[in-house]
Amino acid sequence: MTGFARYIPILVVVGLLLVFLKMMGDGRNPKEIKSVLIDKPAPVFVLPALEEGGAGISNADLQTGKPMLVNFFASWCVPCRAEHENLMKLAYEKGIPIIGIAYKNDAAKAREFLDELGNPYAKTGLDRDGRTGIDWGVTGVPETFLIDGEGIVRYRHWGPIAGDTLEQRLVPKMEGLQ
Amino acid sequence: MMRALLLVIVLFLAAPVYGVAVDEKPLADPAMEAVARALMKEIRCLVCQNQSIEDSNADLAKDLRILVRERIALGDTPENVRSYLVDRYGDWVLLEPPLNRMTLFLWGSPFLFLAIVAGGLMVSRKARPTSEPLTSVEQVQLDKLMKEARQK
Amino acid sequence: MIPELGHFALIAALVLSLMGMIVPNVAIRRGDTRMMALADPIAFGQFLLVAIAFGALTYSYIISDFSVVNVAANSHTAKPLLYKISGVWGNHEGSLMLWILILSLFAAAVALRGSALPLRFRARVLSVQSMLLVGFLLFIIFTSNPFLRLDDVPFEGNGLNPLLQDPGLAFHPPMLYLGYVGLSVVFSFAVAALIEGEVTPLWARWVRPWTLAAWIFLTAGIALGSWWAYYELGWGGWWFWDPVENASFMPWLAAGALLHSSIVVEKRDALKSWTILLAIVAFSFSLLGTFLVRSGVLTSVHAFAVDPARGVFILAFLALVIGGSLTLFAWRAPRLSPSGLFGLVSRESALVLNNILLSTFAAVVLVGTLYPLILEAVNGSQITVGPPFFEYAAIVLMSPLVVALGFGPLLAWKRGRISKPLQILVPALIVGLVVFWAVIWKSAGGIVMTGMGIGLAIWLMVSVMLEINDRTGFSKKPSAFFKRARSVPRASWGMSFAHFGLAIVILGVTVSEAWTEEVLRLMKLGDTARVAGYDFTLEGVKPIAGPNYTAVRAAFLVTKRGHPVARLAPEDRVYSDPPMNTTEAGIQPLFVGDLYAVIGENAGEGLWSVRLYFKPFISGLWLGAGFMVIGGLISLSDRRQRVGAPSGRRRRRKLPLQLEP
Repeated sequence: MTGFARYIPILVVVGLLLVFLKMMGDGRNPKEIKSVLIDKPAPVFVLPALEEGGAGISNADLQTGKPMLVNFFASWCVPCRAEHENLMKLAYEKGIPIIGIAYKNDAAKAREFLDELGNPYAKTGLDRDGRTGIDWGVTGVPETFLIDGEGIVRYRHWGPIAGDTLEQRLVPKMEGLQ
Repeated sequence: MMRALLLVIVLFLAAPVYGVAVDEKPLADPAMEAVARALMKEIRCLVCQNQSIEDSNADLAKDLRILVRERIALGDTPENVRSYLVDRYGDWVLLEPPLNRMTLFLWGSPFLFLAIVAGGLMVSRKARPTSEPLTSVEQVQLDKLMKEARQK
Repeated sequence: MIPELGHFALIAALVLSLMGMIVPNVAIRRGDTRMMALADPIAFGQFLLVAIAFGALTYSYIISDFSVVNVAANSHTAKPLLYKISGVWGNHEGSLMLWILILSLFAAAVALRGSALPLRFRARVLSVQSMLLVGFLLFIIFTSNPFLRLDDVPFEGNGLNPLLQDPGLAFHPPMLYLGYVGLSVVFSFAVAALIEGEVTPLWARWVRPWTLAAWIFLTAGIALGSWWAYYELGWGGWWFWDPVENASFMPWLAAGALLHSSIVVEKRDALKSWTILLAIVAFSFSLLGTFLVRSGVLTSVHAFAVDPARGVFILAFLALVIGGSLTLFAWRAPRLSPSGLFGLVSRESALVLNNILLSTFAAVVLVGTLYPLILEAVNGSQITVGPPFFEYAAIVLMSPLVVALGFGPLLAWKRGRISKPLQILVPALIVGLVVFWAVIWKSAGGIVMTGMGIGLAIWLMVSVMLEINDRTGFSKKPSAFFKRARSVPRASWGMSFAHFGLAIVILGVTVSEAWTEEVLRLMKLGDTARVAGYDFTLEGVKPIAGPNYTAVRAAFLVTKRGHPVARLAPEDRVYSDPPMNTTEAGIQPLFVGDLYAVIGENAGEGLWSVRLYFKPFISGLWLGAGFMVIGGLISLSDRRQRVGAPSGRRRRRKLPLQLEP
């Protein structure tokens, strides 16, 4: 094998090594699927309220002119407990309005969960069969969406907002929107 | 599983009218059910490693199966259902990669590589020094040598 | 004490393999044959030390020594002994220990060949093996040490994934590793040849038995894994184009191509650079597989737990080994002189075609497996490359290969010139066929594809039989068959068996994919369901308990037209440690197909959810794989294959030189 051909294998390998190196950085989780909703309007949804007799929630609740968070949670979800403290901090210390959607949860159990750990949510809704979750591209709980004042999805946080991901990821995004 | 080859025939002897549905209820129309099942084999289970929603036990897979059946029953074509899911989850949800500018290399790779390898071989065959016919002087010399060798 | 012994043995092995890496090269530079000869005892010593380390780890598992971190994390006193042992390699650290055990075993095997390989070459080969061993030992000792101890000894271990507590799966990794790591010898041969600067037909003869052995193990390992998936996962699937499965398929394809291209090197002294490249690439695929499983870049059912530090280390190792050998190739390839001519329609050309198709297929599988990663790295978009793509590639590339496999053995060696039109026709025919199949695949319905698959399989079977007939003259003189059969070289029989096995596999795949029948329903005791003419009656469901699980076992009676055919006993198991739920299918293989039953959940009111299948001729997959393994073993036993020297039998006739025509 003469000429240029003999360099092809090594060049291909170098290329692949660079790809691997790039994809191995920075706590990338290969199971995380990127959200296709970024920079698009939030999906249309109408959900009944979690508390008995309450008014439900819908897209109108997102058009407040201020950035807000939509958090999918469930009482059976262990990481949701881990992130709850951070949600409380966001809601009460930073004053960020959060809408909570109980995903595939029994209403009573979800209410108990909030009674036990505290309720950071300005409004709550119940997605009993998970269809709204599918509309939002949710694959599990918890997932949190950052919506800007006009109801456009700007960022999706996959997994719990626990530990330093709050500071490292979510806060800069929120500040970018102010 | 070979989508093109597979003829899965789902037989139902009596319509199961039992109250509790463990496996989600199949569609009443067997033809539609077959279409729905074939489509399920093409949708990726989002929380599993490399399975389709048809052969996964995950909750989300079950929800998606119900969704697929519903939409087929409403009259959606498989193409419509695929678009519906891609709108929500992205191209990742389909087991068959789309054919577009970015995947052209992927789909064309068998032909591209064949062309490169076959071409390379053709080129190296031509480049190889072929033996030229002998000149008449050389032919005479060769005859002489052969004769001498035989006489030994 | 024993774990300490094992730990010490590992470190000693590192020291010895460092010597094994350096000493032979120094010796060759100095021309010191006595120093070169040290390579052999070093190789034996390496193996001994690694075996001691591996033995120490195994012993710790057997006695459930939970002071060893690795044992505590992966074993449990309630596990049956066989699975305590197979648990040794069912985790990241232990599987690496298996890697180095087999790596050093093969190095020792090369040393054992002794004078069959010239000393200088052997010393080079062993130094490359030692270099590989050094890399793995460094990785193990510094990032994945199985001998770390716990001060607070736990009372019980963390158990093992119940899916792995299975006889098929106990043997699948060792078999596969023998294949993967066997390719390291082929790699070492190639690197040694590049360093020496020449590839001779003799080299090809040396390399072939090792390639064959690795290929046989890979075939068996892959078949075992598929068979396990078939009976364990509950719906009869046996191949999923999962990244790690592909990582075992690519070396198999490359080894297959290498087997055939080394024949051309041996017979015609041609295709040298290509063969060397294949040898390097085949082992690189093995290393790639090791990387993919442990680095966390891809999701896979086979993946071990991820640690970024380890991923980077393996990547660096990969860069060094693969990058280094391919750089060496780029540098030294021009020195490998091409020679040897053969015609366009000849057995050599058929072998070249085989190589083109197999290598292209391996390259396409690589592209398909890594494409999602590459695309995401380049522009952030995420796609899935799943079975539909790989099946398309398989059909497009393997169909012409099967056609060629029928023709190839019937063609004569080194056919001279043939007429121009024919020369042009052959490549055109091949291209035409490839396009034809691509078009058919995209547009045609299932029955066309089924017909094509069966047609190809039958074509191959018939052509193998015709070829055997040609060699043994069976149709002309049946009585002389056995005598002539014995004089046909074993390598030819091996080839026939292996090709025939492939045909059976294709037939099994095509028939079962096309005509599998499936019934999903709820059944009560006494209910009967009909699948493909067989009646499945649910006779009973009872709870049972196993060594480390509880289960529900169903009893099915299968009859056909009232005559009993089989009894199936599928189970639904619940393991306690770690908590997990698995299904064991009830399978009865018949000649025409498999009866397959799975019991699911209790739906209440005495109803059980069941899945029933009839899978026609799916045994063809295992039968065909068996034929391929047997074919490989027959070839391996051919003495001509294994020795560089002429075969034992002397030629009866010895013509004086000048009377030769």
